[in-house]
Amino acid sequence: MCLALPARVISLDATGQSGQVDLGGVRKAVSFALLDEVVVGDHVIVHVGYALSRLDPDEAAQTLALFADLAAHHAQHVQGSSEGGA
Amino acid sequence: MSPAKPGYVRPLDLKQGRIDLTHGAGGRASHQLVQEVFHPAFARTWTHLQHQNGQPWQPGSDDGTVLPMPDHLPAGHRLVLSTDAHVVSPLFFPGGDIGQLAVHGTVNDLAMMGATPLYLTASFILEEGLPLGDLVRITRSMADAACEAGVAIVTGDTKVVERGKGDGAYISTAGLGWVAPGVRLSGTNAQVGDAIVLSGPIGEHGLAVLSQREGLQFDSPITSDTAPLNGLVKAMLGSGARLRVLRDPTRGGVATSLNEIAAASGVGMMLDEAAIPLPPAVQGASELMGLDPLYLANEGKLLALCHPDDVNTLLTTMRAHPLGGQACCIGTVTEDPHHFVQMRTAFGGCRMLDWLMGDPLPRIC
Amino acid sequence: MKYVSEFRDPTLARHLAQKLADAVQPGRPYRFMEFCGGHTHALARYGVLDLLPPQVQMIHGPGCPVCVLPIGRIDMAIELASRPGVILASYGDTLRVPASKQLSLIRARAQGADVRIVYAVDDALALARAHPDREVVFLAIGFETTTPPTAVALQTALREDLRNFSVLCNHVLTPAAMHAILDQSEHVPLDGLVGPAHVSTIIGTQPYEVFAARYSLPVVIAGFEPLDMMQAILMLVQQVNQGRAEVENEFTRAVSHQGNTRAQALVHEVFELREDFAWRGLDRIPHSALRLRPAYARFDAELRFGLHDRSVPDHPQCLCGPILRGQRQPVDCKLFGTVCTPDNPMGACMVSSEGACAAHYAYGRHRAPTASTEASTPTSGPPTSAATTEPHIQ
Repeated sequence: MCLALPARVISLDATGQSGQVDLGGVRKAVSFALLDEVVVGDHVIVHVGYALSRLDPDEAAQTLALFADLAAHHAQHVQGSSEGGA
Repeated sequence: MSPAKPGYVRPLDLKQGRIDLTHGAGGRASHQLVQEVFHPAFARTWTHLQHQNGQPWQPGSDDGTVLPMPDHLPAGHRLVLSTDAHVVSPLFFPGGDIGQLAVHGTVNDLAMMGATPLYLTASFILEEGLPLGDLVRITRSMADAACEAGVAIVTGDTKVVERGKGDGAYISTAGLGWVAPGVRLSGTNAQVGDAIVLSGPIGEHGLAVLSQREGLQFDSPITSDTAPLNGLVKAMLGSGARLRVLRDPTRGGVATSLNEIAAASGVGMMLDEAAIPLPPAVQGASELMGLDPLYLANEGKLLALCHPDDVNTLLTTMRAHPLGGQACCIGTVTEDPHHFVQMRTAFGGCRMLDWLMGDPLPRIC
Repeated sequence: MKYVSEFRDPTLARHLAQKLADAVQPGRPYRFMEFCGGHTHALARYGVLDLLPPQVQMIHGPGCPVCVLPIGRIDMAIELASRPGVILASYGDTLRVPASKQLSLIRARAQGADVRIVYAVDDALALARAHPDREVVFLAIGFETTTPPTAVALQTALREDLRNFSVLCNHVLTPAAMHAILDQSEHVPLDGLVGPAHVSTIIGTQPYEVFAARYSLPVVIAGFEPLDMMQAILMLVQQVNQGRAEVENEFTRAVSHQGNTRAQALVHEVFELREDFAWRGLDRIPHSALRLRPAYARFDAELRFGLHDRSVPDHPQCLCGPILRGQRQPVDCKLFGTVCTPDNPMGACMVSSEGACAAHYAYGRHRAPTASTEASTPTSGPPTSAATTEPHIQ
C-alpha cells in the first residue's frame, strides 16, 4: 500500500521533527516524527506527508550492483555460448 | 444655478473598489464597467479594424455587433466558430491567469481547425466582491494575449452573482475565424501509419495550477505553458506536410485527446514513452501527488497527426518556431479494432493509455 | 531522480527478463501472489507483466486498503458527512468507491455533504483548527504504512486538546490478511508471495517468517520500482527451483528485520486490536484491524457519533471478493468492462487505481487474458498469453 517515494532531506526545523525534502527539484514539507535523528542529505521514503524510513545508500548500491552483476554475468554467458537466445 | 456638474458620473474606484450586484444589473453601473474597464482594456485589439468604407471600427452599444470581414479572403474559404468557458481556480497562477487562458483557449480551438482567428467575444460572470483591480489585471492580460494572437475582442456581456456563488470570475469566449479551401483537419482523418507529433513538454499547465493549490515549492517553478498556437499552426500548414488532425491536449491531457482521435477515426495507436518530453519538475511533482502527467492539462501544446513521409519536414518547421522547439514524434497510428491507445513504457513493457476516468484525484496508494 | 530512475532502467530490465527466462523450468507453473496493491499497480503501469516468462503467473492479492473497505464503513462515512456541521476529510482514493443507495462520497458531496480531499492526515488537523465550530472527521484507511501518521496526528490532537477532531478508523493489518488468504477453504495454489514494500519498512521482515515456516511458502519482500519486482520474482523462482521456503529481502535499502520500531511503538500507544473486522471480499477476520485505545476514545468517531456497523453485501454478480482472494481474475467477472468500468464502478476493485480490475482495465486490456485461476481445476501446462510467448528481448 503505497504511493511512497524516496526524497532527499534538504532542511530541518529547530525541533528536528519536520522539514523539507526534495524530489527532482520539487520541494515539500514533511514530518520526521516517525524517525530518529534525521540529518540533511539523508534520503527518506515519504508517504502521506511523513518520512517512514531512511534509505541506506550502501544497500541501494548493492541492490543495483546485483541487477548489474546479473547483466555482466549474462553478457559473458551470451558471448560464451554458440547460440544466442533462450 | 444647480451646483450639479452636467453629465458627471463619479469614476469607478479601480484600486480599492469591488464588483457589486449593481454592476450586473444592466444599469448605469454596468455601463460604467464597460466604459471604464472593458473598452479601455480591449481598445488596442481593434485599432486595426476598419469598415468597408474606410471608417475605423468602434464598438457600439447595440444588441449586436456588425463586423467587417477582411478583404481578399480566398474563394471557397469557410468560417469556423468555436466557444469555450473558463473556470480556473486560482485566477492568477504561475505563468498566467484566467484572462490569458480564455483568449488562448479559443484562439487555439480555431487554430486546431487550421483557421485564422479574427474575432473573440468575452462574457464575464463575476462574483460579488471581486476586486476591480483583479478585473483590470485580467482584462489587460486578455488584451495582451489578443494582440499577440492578432485577434480583436469585439463584444461581450457581464453578469454578477452573489458572493459565494462563483470562483471570483468565470469567462466564456466565442471565436470566429476562417479556413482556406482544401484545409480539412478533423479527428476522423487519422490513417494507419500516420506519425503522431507533439509540440513540446507536457503537464506544465495542470501542475502549475495544482501545485499552487497544494503549496508545493519548486527550485525552478513550474509555470503554465499557456500560449496562442495560431502562428505555429500557420507555419505547419505552410510546410507542405500532409496534416490529418490537430488537437490541443487541454483537459484530460495527451491521453484523452489521443483516445478521442482513435475512437473518431476507428484506429489504434502505439506510443513510445521514452520519446515524450517530460520536464523533471513535472515528473517529480506528479510522483509526489500521485498523478499521471499524460492526463494533465496543457494550454500551449498541440498534437499533430501527419503522413509518415512528411514527419521530418513537419518537425523541422515546428522546431524553427518558438513554440515548437522541442517538437518530436511520439508514436504511430496502428490498425486496431479495439481502438486502444497503447504505449511502450520506458521500462520496456507495454501498457494501455485509457481515457481519463472521472477527475484526476490524487492518490496515496 | 535518485533512487527512482536507476530502479527503472530498461537495459537492466531486459537482462533481468532474460535471467528469468533462463531460470524458469519449462512446463512448470510459478504462481506468485503480489499482496500489495501498489505492486499490482506497478506491474501494470510499467508493463512488467510483458517481461515475465509465460510460466510465471502473478495473482493479485488483497493489499489494496480501498478495495477491502466494506460498504458498510463507507455508508458510515457518507452518513456522517451528510450531517450538518460535519466536515469529512478523506484521501482521494476513497471518494468514488460505490456504497449503498448508489452513493459514493463524491456523489454525497454533490448532494451537499461536506467532503474534503486531503493529501495527509495533517491537513485534516489543520481543518479542525481552522473551523472550531465544525466537527472534522478524518476517514482513516490503510495498512501499516499509513497507520503511524494517523497515530501521530491523534497524539497531536490529544496534546492540543482539540475539541472538534475525530477519526473514523479503518486501519487494517497485513499478516492477518495473508493468513486469511492462505487459510481459505477454496484453496488458491500458490508457490510464493511477493511481500509489500512500504508496509515492510514499518513492520520489518520478521512477521513474514511464520508464512515461510507454517505454509512452506517462499516470501520475498520487494521494493516498489519495477526492477525491484523483477528481481524479487527471480528470487522466488530460484527458491521454488531449489525447494526452499525462506523469507528474503530484496528491499534491503529501506527494510530491516525489525522494521521501524519507533513507528510501531507510536501505533501501539494509540491503537489496539479489534476482535474482528469485516473485510470486503474476505468476510470477518479476527485480530485484523485496529481501533483507538480508551485513552483516545473521544477522538473515535464511532463512539463520538454513536455509529453502528452494518454489514452490506456486494452486488450479487460482483466478483471483487474472489478476485481479492486470488481465486478469480477480472476478466472472469460478468460485470467487468460492461456495466462495471472505472467511470461507473460496481465494486471496489474497479475504483481504486490499485485494484486488480482497475489496473487491468486501465493498463492491461490489450493483453489477452491468461487462463483463469479457477481453484478447482488443476492448471495443466503453462498459462498461455496471446501477447507474448517469449519475453520481449531486443
